[in-house]
Amino acid sequence: MGEADLSLAPLSDPFVPELYRTVRVTRELRDTVTLELAPLSGKRPAFEPGQFNMLYAFGVGESAISISGDPAEEGTFVHTVRNVGAVSKALSALEAGAAAGLRGPFGTSWPVEGAEGSDVVIVAGGLGLAPLRPAIYHILANRDRYGRVSILYGCRNPGDILYRHELEQWRQRLDVDLTVTVDHADASWHGNAGVVPSLIKRTAFDPHDTVAMVCGPEIMMRYSMNALRGAGVSEKRIYLSMERNMKCAIGLCGHCQFGPEFVCKDGPVVPYSKVARIFALREI
Amino acid sequence: MQDTMTAGSKAVLSSDALQALIVALARQGYTVLGPRVRDGAIVYDEIASSGDLPAGFRDRQDAGRYGLEPREDGAFFGYAAGPQSWKRFLHPPAQTLWSAQKTPDGFTISREEVSVPKLAFLGVRACDLDAIAIQDRVFCEGPYRDEAYATRRANVFIVAVNCSQAGGTCFCVSMQSGPKADTGFDLSLTELLDGTQHRFLAEVGSEAGAALLAELPHEPTTGAHLAAADAIIDNTAKQMGRHLDTDGLKELLQASLSHPRWEEVARRCLSCGNCTMVCPTCFCTTVEDHTSLDGFSATHVKKWDSCFTLDFSYVHGGAVRTSGAARYRQWMTHKLASWIDQFGTPGCVGCGRCITWCPTGIDITEEAAAIRASQCVKEESDGGA
Repeated sequence: MGEADLSLAPLSDPFVPELYRTVRVTRELRDTVTLELAPLSGKRPAFEPGQFNMLYAFGVGESAISISGDPAEEGTFVHTVRNVGAVSKALSALEAGAAAGLRGPFGTSWPVEGAEGSDVVIVAGGLGLAPLRPAIYHILANRDRYGRVSILYGCRNPGDILYRHELEQWRQRLDVDLTVTVDHADASWHGNAGVVPSLIKRTAFDPHDTVAMVCGPEIMMRYSMNALRGAGVSEKRIYLSMERNMKCAIGLCGHCQFGPEFVCKDGPVVPYSKVARIFALREI
Repeated sequence: MQDTMTAGSKAVLSSDALQALIVALARQGYTVLGPRVRDGAIVYDEIASSGDLPAGFRDRQDAGRYGLEPREDGAFFGYAAGPQSWKRFLHPPAQTLWSAQKTPDGFTISREEVSVPKLAFLGVRACDLDAIAIQDRVFCEGPYRDEAYATRRANVFIVAVNCSQAGGTCFCVSMQSGPKADTGFDLSLTELLDGTQHRFLAEVGSEAGAALLAELPHEPTTGAHLAAADAIIDNTAKQMGRHLDTDGLKELLQASLSHPRWEEVARRCLSCGNCTMVCPTCFCTTVEDHTSLDGFSATHVKKWDSCFTLDFSYVHGGAVRTSGAARYRQWMTHKLASWIDQFGTPGCVGCGRCITWCPTGIDITEEAAAIRASQCVKEESDGGA
C-alpha cells in the first residue's frame, strides 16, 4: 500500500490526494490568484463545468475549490483562489514549481447539454464567476447549439472584477449579451451601477425556454432566484451552485448538509426546485 | 453434539457457557469487547472472562441522569444502553488517513496502513444493531465508500443480547429497532433468570454463529424456555421510559423549520455536542492537519465532529449556523427527517443516550412532541417562497 498505488489507481482511496505541480500562477486581484496545476504522473482527469477539487497545501489542510478552466483543454486543472482562510492563504502563496495535493473532480455540473436549444442566462456575483467560467467556455465554443446567451456579472467594486480581460473579449462578440455592473461605483467607473439581480429584468430571453445558471453570494442568489422566477423561468430550469463547509467531498463527513442535500455529492450545482423550500430560510 | 445449526436455530446455554463463549471467540483470534463497569458507568472494553461483565449492576437513567445500582439477581446484562456505543470501534474517534513528507522538490503522500483487528462485540442491544446497520448505509452505500469502515465491519463477530429491562430514556419500540434483536447478529442471547436457574436462550443469526454455538455446551430448547424469553421481551417493550410519535414526523419537522420551539430549546441547549458524541449513528467528522515540529512531515487526521460547534458550518466570512437554535434544529431535523431523505431510514434508534447524557436534560421525544402539539401555529409562515 505504498505510494506506487496512488498513480496506478487514482480513485481507489478517495480520501488520499494525488500530487500536482503548480505550472503557472496568475494574479487576478489583490487577494485572488489563478493556479494551473498539472499532475506529477498520469493524465489530468476529465471534468465537467461546475465541478470542484479538494486542494491540499502541505501541512495546512484541504479546501474545496471550484474548477475554473476550460473543460476542452487538457493537461492542467485551473483554480481561482481567494485568500480568505488558512488553507486558501497557503494555496494563494504557491509559486510556479510548488507542489500541491489534489483530489477530484467531485460534484454535479452545470447543465450545458440540457440547455442546448434554449436561451441561456448566466448570472455571476464576485468570485462566483470562477465556477461558471468552464460553462461559459463550453457554451461559447459550441455557440450554435444555444439560443440567446446572456452573461450578467456583478461585483461590489470595480477593483473586484475578475477575469477582466476575458470579459472584455466576450463583450466584443456579437452573439453574446454581456453586462457588468458594480454595487459601488467610484470615479473610475463609467459602467452600470447596481446589484446584478436588477439586470435580469432588462435582459432578453424567452422565459419559457431558458436555462439560468447562477453563482455568487447567497443573498445575491436569493434575489436572482426571485427575479428569474418573476420573469417566468421555471424553478426546474434555474440552476445554482451552493457553497458549504466541506471536509471530505465524498458525502461522508456531514459538514456540507443543506437540508437533505449533501452539497458535495448532490451539488454543488442543483436545480432551484430541489432547494427552493429551504433556500430563503436563514442558517440552514 | 452433531445437531446441525442454521440461522434461526435456538439452544439453551448455562450461565457458565458465557465463559466458554468468550474463550471460543478468543481462540478464533477475536479480541472480545463487552460491557464492564468503569468510572461509575457501563462501558465497552476488552474483556478476558465472564468475570469482567457487570454482573449484579443495573443502571438508572433519566434526562440528564445516569447512575449504577446493585441488583440482587446477578444478571450479567441487567442494564440498558450506557454512554458509549459500538460506534467507537467501527468508526473510531480519531484516525490518521494519510501522511505527507517533505522532499527537496515538494512532498510525497503515503496512505495510512489500516490494521484491522478481528473484533467480537459481546452484548450488542437491538437498538445498537440497528445503529450499526444505519452506519453501514452511510459509509458503504456510495457513491463513495469508507473502505476502512467496511474492512473493520467485515471482521466483526456480533453477539447480541436482548434487553430484559428498558432504561428510563429508552424508546426503541417507537423507532421499531427493539427490544428484540431480529437481524444483524451472529448469535443472540436472551438472559433467563427465574430465581433458581440462570440460563441463556441462544439464537443463531449466521453460519459463523452456528459454528460457534455448536462448540459450546448447550441443550435443546423447550417450550418453557421460548415462552420465558418471549415474556421477557414483551415485558421490556412495555417498560419504555420514553415514546416518540413518528407518524408523519418527517413532514411535520420539515414544515416547522421556523417554529418558535427551536429558540426555546436553544435557551436550554449548551451546544456542548454530548448528544452527538453518545449517539450511535452520528457520523460527522472533521479533519486536522498535524505538522511535525521540524515542519517536514504532516499527518491528515479524521476526527469525530459535532454539528453543535460553530466551526462545523464555517465558510469564509463566518459560520452558517451561528445560533444555538439553528444548530439544534440541524441535529434534530437531520436525525428524524432529512436522514430519511438521505438514507431511507431515520438516524435515530431510540437508545435514549442523547437524553440521558444531555447536561441540561433536553429530550428529543419531548421536543418533537412540543412541535407536534403546536404544529398549526407556524405552518403558514413556512409555506412562502
